[in-house]
Amino acid sequence: MSTTFWIIVAGAVFTYLTRAGGHLVLSRFEHVHPRVEAGLNAVPAAVLTTLVAPAVLTAGPAEILALVAAALIALRGGMMSLFLGGTAVLIVGRHFFG
Amino acid sequence: MSVQSYTETSAASDYWRGFRLGVPVMVASAPFGVLFGALAVQNGLSVWEVVFMSATIYAGASQMVGIDLFGQTIAPWVIVLSIVAVNFRHVLYSAAVGRRIGHWTSWQRLVGFFFLVDPQYAEAERQGEQGGTIGFSWYMGMATPIYVMWVVDSWVGASFSRLLPDTHALGIDFLLPIYFLGLVMGFRKRPLWLPIVLASSAASILAYLYVGSPWHVSIGAAAGVALAAMMPPTQEAIADYQDPPAEDAGEEV
Repeated sequence: MSTTFWIIVAGAVFTYLTRAGGHLVLSRFEHVHPRVEAGLNAVPAAVLTTLVAPAVLTAGPAEILALVAAALIALRGGMMSLFLGGTAVLIVGRHFFG
Repeated sequence: MSVQSYTETSAASDYWRGFRLGVPVMVASAPFGVLFGALAVQNGLSVWEVVFMSATIYAGASQMVGIDLFGQTIAPWVIVLSIVAVNFRHVLYSAAVGRRIGHWTSWQRLVGFFFLVDPQYAEAERQGEQGGTIGFSWYMGMATPIYVMWVVDSWVGASFSRLLPDTHALGIDFLLPIYFLGLVMGFRKRPLWLPIVLASSAASILAYLYVGSPWHVSIGAAAGVALAAMMPPTQEAIADYQDPPAEDAGEEV
């Protein structure tokens, strides 16, 4: 089996453990320390940010405009409108900027 | 006899009640399932691997992260770690929902936790807060359309990916950053969101420039998490810690 296959298997096992394990582990504690909880709460935004920020470094004008448009749409709209709006700006931008 | 048929009907109607809640989620996630399949193939996965990934990991954002990193030369354990990091929020869902499904059998819990995706958690919490019990049939009813279509959508995306014309003009290579930005924006109501995002951005850019990929993911994430943990906790959080809400008290595994 390929490396990809085993990465997927490991990803699946650990993902399942996060879904089942929270109940098994955290329910042993009376309550989670506020700092631990604040840290856990920060995890998704912190991880996902690291996947956007370096992309901005190498981005051209079309890409920057698309991200700005998506961020602005996000203030009002949902995930779908943000995604479609950002993509539309990207396609139009690339048409003009190459 | 009459009791048994009564419980069967009620389980079936519970299932369909849950199913109806799953349908809008299924529709909303469809474009992302297709997109995942298409991008995964562009990043070198086979159609079979795409379907396998959706069927076993079943967590959209982390699957996108995975394929984003597959395209680069990155150590396998770093990819796994990144997938797990994005999915770590499920620990909190699991702890919250776990309190409400004490009446399930062990097997039902083992199966149920697999399907604990964000909208599933949100609906279960809503149901629980309104004082309703969360039935296994109801829960699986909601999970069915979301799960089945997620796998089908990614297969569709993977199968038709090669038919796409000029991927640069369509912006295919830059859809993931837009998608991830959307997810980041989705968390903006959380405490300390902006400082966390700024800290993670700065740290990941510096790490990207001076340490190199893929370390920008773990270094950037650690910076945001450390900042959140170091900031003084809110009065509310301290009060909860010292005097936990009644429903948390006397919790047993």
